[in-house]
Amino acid sequence: MSSRQLMVNLTLRELRTKYKRTALGWAWSLLNPLAIMVIFTLVFRVFLKIEPPTGSPSGLKNFPLFLLCGLLPWTFLVNATNGSINSLVTNANLIKKSYFPRDLLVASQVVAWLISLAIEMSLLTLVFLIMGNFNLLYLPVVVLVMLALAVFLAGLSLALSAANVYFRDVQHFVGILFQIWFYLTPVLYPVSEVPDRARSLYGLNPMVGFVEAFRDCLYHVRLPSFARLGSLLLVSVFSFVVGLWVFNRMEGRLAEEL
Amino acid sequence: MVVDGVSKRFRLYHERNQSLKATVMRKRRSVVEEFWALRDVSLEIPAGITFGLVGENGSGKSTLMKCITKILRPDAGSVTVNGKASALLELGAGFHPELSGRENIFLNGSILGLSRKELDRRLDDIVDFAGLHQFIDQPVKNYSSGMYVRLGFSVAINVDPDVLLVDEVLAVGDEIFQRRCQEKFIDLKDAGKTIVLVTHDLAAVTNLCDEAACLENGRLKVVDSARRVVDQYMNSMQDEGPAVEHESNGDRWGSGEGRIEHAELLGADGAPVTRPRSGQALTFRFHYQLDQPIDRPVFGMAVHTLDGTYLTGPNTRYTDCVPDRLEGRGHVDLHLDRLLLLPGTYDLTAVIYDYSCVHPYDHRHRAFRFNVDPGELRETHGMVSLGGHWSGPLPTRPRHQSG
Repeated sequence: MSSRQLMVNLTLRELRTKYKRTALGWAWSLLNPLAIMVIFTLVFRVFLKIEPPTGSPSGLKNFPLFLLCGLLPWTFLVNATNGSINSLVTNANLIKKSYFPRDLLVASQVVAWLISLAIEMSLLTLVFLIMGNFNLLYLPVVVLVMLALAVFLAGLSLALSAANVYFRDVQHFVGILFQIWFYLTPVLYPVSEVPDRARSLYGLNPMVGFVEAFRDCLYHVRLPSFARLGSLLLVSVFSFVVGLWVFNRMEGRLAEEL
Repeated sequence: MVVDGVSKRFRLYHERNQSLKATVMRKRRSVVEEFWALRDVSLEIPAGITFGLVGENGSGKSTLMKCITKILRPDAGSVTVNGKASALLELGAGFHPELSGRENIFLNGSILGLSRKELDRRLDDIVDFAGLHQFIDQPVKNYSSGMYVRLGFSVAINVDPDVLLVDEVLAVGDEIFQRRCQEKFIDLKDAGKTIVLVTHDLAAVTNLCDEAACLENGRLKVVDSARRVVDQYMNSMQDEGPAVEHESNGDRWGSGEGRIEHAELLGADGAPVTRPRSGQALTFRFHYQLDQPIDRPVFGMAVHTLDGTYLTGPNTRYTDCVPDRLEGRGHVDLHLDRLLLLPGTYDLTAVIYDYSCVHPYDHRHRAFRFNVDPGELRETHGMVSLGGHWSGPLPTRPRHQSG
């Protein structure tokens, strides 16, 4: 299939050019989350004294590791979505001058950032392993949740990137939306801090489920509930179907609107 | 390939706002005027022929190409293409400047629909054709624009499509590369590929194409053999062409006893022509005004190309057409059986000198400008034809069709 080939090549292009002409190269992919981790740990753990929960049953109590379980999926969301939104605009010339399935531009962004996430998660897993806080049986679950997250983000990115071609406000709007969304997601604090009466409303944020699932596997070393995994898969498929529908509707006039 | 009733509408935005706020405030996206770039165009292009598409700027040629290649979605009608279509719309459009030539070949090739295996097989051909062995592992941002375009062309043409769409891109690269492109083009033609060529180079249409169509304001005007379409297109251009012979700011010198008032171009029938054709009978007419009697005046003219090359300078003395004495108003004509200038724009000089051709009465240097359109004379190389005819073990052709 040539479109699969194109997908591979677009993703390779993304990966190859991401850190081209930087002295540190791919190290940046790790330095970014590490820097944020250090800053957040200083601000929220050292100065503001936020307590990480004790892992149950793992018994681990470590703020940076607790933070990273949520921070890595969150940066994946930000990078993949912003990358997709920009990809249609920066590839305007390609879209106007040749025909190929345009959703591959978005898909390649998501996959390229998924590969980044996979590298980061592998290193994080390694750290947990070294600390003796891991059960390899949960590794497939982590992979499954990562894939579900990627599918969820693909849907979101498809819809937002197509909308951005018509309304360039989308990219600015998304910047603010992500700020709010970040604090509505339990990256810096445990879900237990959320007041009980707000909990059900809070749970409507799909990112809560994703972050909690990662934390269950890596930090607490327990299996996420099947209800949680099931709802994540459902949300992913729903987002993907809606995103694809929106994108296909808007795709026809991309070349003239760009 | 069948194009069936294709229409394409563009929206012209008067108050284009790509912002949500304005949209909400006005309850609509913008004030829109519709513009039909294509109106109900139906064409059938049989497999294996080379098809030319001509028309003025903005007549919808490129829009039609983009509808055929699915870049644009027509608002009505449909396009059916049998086999793989590859478009040479813009060369190297998908190149990433930071990636090497080789990496870009794979990227661009897969955009054009080639699999990795096919690309591996053709990589050498592509690099050979572009002539970029030394630089293939360099990032393309270091390429010269010529190298960039050559690589783009090379990838696109080596896709080995069943249908090749070419939009004004044959004239890329240096002369050697151009010749290679032309050869490849002929190879594809001989291999029975369907080629659609959009160009303003009418000579290329007559030389390369079997059939052609002419678009005007988004509507299909005529579909016929390439030669007839080009003829008809040129005739229609003639009617609305700009004034051919306007006076430019050439130098003028001379003692002034006699003056060249103006110059005209006349056709075989004696009527003024605005755009003479190469190979056509033509008369240059110079209107003079002599205020006092002048002994043995010599009338002459010269033709220069725009870059200043002096092509020819006939005068009445060479042919012994010099009157003993002349006064008053009148005109002299130079008759050509066939205009041997090839298509292009030329400057015309008109002069009156004394018999020695040393003293100018009036010298209007490159004062008039005229265009020559392609015509019966089908030569395209150089600036003038020698007007000869070939013989030998060759089929005989009418004398006026040299070339």
